[in-house]
Amino acid sequence: MSTVTLASKRRRAALRTVAFMSPWLIGFAVFFAYPLISTVYFSFMHYDGFKPPTWSGGKNWTYVFEHYPLFWPALRNTLWLVLITVSLRVVFGLGVGMLITKIKTGTGVFRTLFYLPYLAPPVAATMAFAFLLNPSTGPVNSILERVGVPAPGWFNDPTWSKPALTLLALWGVGDLMVIFMASLLDVPTEQYEAAELDGASAWQRFRYVTLPNISPIVMFAVVTGVIQTMQYYTQPLIAGKVASGVIQGAGTQFEPGYPDKSTLTLPQLVYNLGFQRFDYGAACVVALVLFALSMVFTAFLMRRRGGLIQAGD
Amino acid sequence: MPEVIPAVARKSAFALTTLTASLALLTTACTGQSGSGATDDASKETTINFWHAWSAPNEVAAVKSLITGFAKTHPNIHVNVVGNMTDDKINQALRTGGDKAPDVVSSFTTNNVGKFCSSGALVDLNPFFEKAGIDPQKTFPKAMNEYTQFDGDRCSVPLLGDAYGLYYDKTAFEKAGISAPPKTWSEFEADAKKLTIPDGDSYKQLGFMPNYHGWESTTEHYFAQFSPTYFDSSGKSSLAEDPAFKAGFTLQKKLVDELGGYQELEKYRATLGDEWGAKHPFHTGQVAMQLDGEWRLGMAEEAKPKFEIGVAPLPVPDDQAAQYGKGYITGTIAGIAATSKKQNAAWELVKYMTTDTDAVVGFSNAIHNVPSTLEALKSPKLKYDPRFKTFLDIAANPNSTTTPASINGGVYLVTIQQFGYDYESGKATDLPAGLKKTAAQIDTDIAQAK
Repeated sequence: MSTVTLASKRRRAALRTVAFMSPWLIGFAVFFAYPLISTVYFSFMHYDGFKPPTWSGGKNWTYVFEHYPLFWPALRNTLWLVLITVSLRVVFGLGVGMLITKIKTGTGVFRTLFYLPYLAPPVAATMAFAFLLNPSTGPVNSILERVGVPAPGWFNDPTWSKPALTLLALWGVGDLMVIFMASLLDVPTEQYEAAELDGASAWQRFRYVTLPNISPIVMFAVVTGVIQTMQYYTQPLIAGKVASGVIQGAGTQFEPGYPDKSTLTLPQLVYNLGFQRFDYGAACVVALVLFALSMVFTAFLMRRRGGLIQAGD
Repeated sequence: MPEVIPAVARKSAFALTTLTASLALLTTACTGQSGSGATDDASKETTINFWHAWSAPNEVAAVKSLITGFAKTHPNIHVNVVGNMTDDKINQALRTGGDKAPDVVSSFTTNNVGKFCSSGALVDLNPFFEKAGIDPQKTFPKAMNEYTQFDGDRCSVPLLGDAYGLYYDKTAFEKAGISAPPKTWSEFEADAKKLTIPDGDSYKQLGFMPNYHGWESTTEHYFAQFSPTYFDSSGKSSLAEDPAFKAGFTLQKKLVDELGGYQELEKYRATLGDEWGAKHPFHTGQVAMQLDGEWRLGMAEEAKPKFEIGVAPLPVPDDQAAQYGKGYITGTIAGIAATSKKQNAAWELVKYMTTDTDAVVGFSNAIHNVPSTLEALKSPKLKYDPRFKTFLDIAANPNSTTTPASINGGVYLVTIQQFGYDYESGKATDLPAGLKKTAAQIDTDIAQAK
């Protein structure tokens, strides 16, 4: 076979590969590369959406990091929710999943009961929680007061608003429960039997048999949890609006994270800066911060995943 | 161990970046073009698009009736009406333009006027007014003239307005031995205390909810009674210099403390109904006085309260007693899109809707908002509850004030309100320093928007 023919075949093969990949490549270019490059570009521009963009250098970056009073509270809140809420959701989801796999009768009922809240629309669920956790008239505080436990201010108290959002997130843990249940049922029973013969305690069986086997799912739950929390918008916004009693109508002002900015998250800032203040440059800076944070968390989790498997091996 | 995890994690990482980047995509929009383009012949057969935000059936019917009136006087200009348009949709359409984009827009908020004018998204209507021989200063109330322009560019025009006053429970007033609504802040303070009936660590009845979260008792609505100047001639915030702000913050804080303190009031507020529902605390008698717009009268009567509702202008500071009768004014605005190719025809519609006395009166009667021209305010054709007259007078009062348009919308109002929360709650205690810091923040935000 001649060299020319071989080169031609290779070229055709390469073209065929590209052709097969083209749907993904087009999607990647349109929905990932272009928006990302545009976001970086606009973060250095003054752009209000009406006039053509003009170069502003690092002005948007300086503004967001040094002069925008809502950035740091929103960043702190987002990180709090990522660290606390995601961790608790994973632990709670795993716990419920383990519990339900152990139940002998009525498994279907419990599965349904735990999964149903996940199907509730976020706005309705948040409004229901705001009602349940109303510090003065809500049934939760009425019960707490009756049993002599100090009743928190929940969504009306900056100290308790994020824990209240966490409770809401734990209530809707059905998605994680289902995937954890599936992975727990996949763990080979002979491994448990071998561990028991070796005298392993319940904790040791969990640490050295269950956890390594389900670690891919734990990683999946954590990574997707981080993604969801980075995009956390609807629930904190609705909770703040309902608790403040000032429902935003046409013409009313944006109130950042009632109470006392405690429910403000970074996606809310992107919307506020971009669509209410017409400051696309600063909005892009916040979007890039979200992107960078997502990458950092993902990289960190990937490294930790290696450690988790090694411990199990 | 099979390589399941890296695949999942890689996909997740990709999804993560894609989703984040998609979020970023939302912030990148097409660049709109602006220009006058007013070369169309308004006497020829044409169709224009009118976008508005009204959505309730009676409101939509009122708009339809308004347009029917226009069609009678301008049979050659056909209007394609699109309702329930939020500001986000309007902004997007103003950027992109096109055949389906609006020629005429109306918005419930005056917040975006500064941006609309400075960016050229809405055309300057001054040349149109001049050509039509209409003097806006003599046509619209003073405050409405202010909030429809920015830096001399009149890119919008008032299309009905809102006036703020004091609602009070006449029955509670009688029980407390108060014969007339308060006119000065001292009287207001005394009445609020007299009308407050404690109930353990809560209230059976609160005289007035002074907290800035008390529905419409926001900083800008309070401070209108102090006639503040928000910006100096160079466009810098006057918050730290104008004594009106210091007086406003001080008196509000005093009232908060006298009525039980911030925490007690917030605790009580959490038990109350929301602003737009039938269980609004003024409807239920849980608060005896309420700062609110003219729309509250209809809503309160609809809720069938167990007391007689009184309406009066908001009290003024003691040293401004002569100006009793003024209030805060805002309203709906209308404008012509810079992308419109039919601006002359669009102007005919805007002119009719906003300056034709009968059209304005008819629309006001149907929507129950305050008319937005001086002629319409005194028209005998206005149909209203006698108490509504209070709001007509507030709107026509030359001492009534509004919040001026700013290049970054209502950001400065949010910043002031944020400081208000800190000050009323005791988180901020040094008022002059707080005002100075807040003013600096407002200036920084405006510089960022320029």
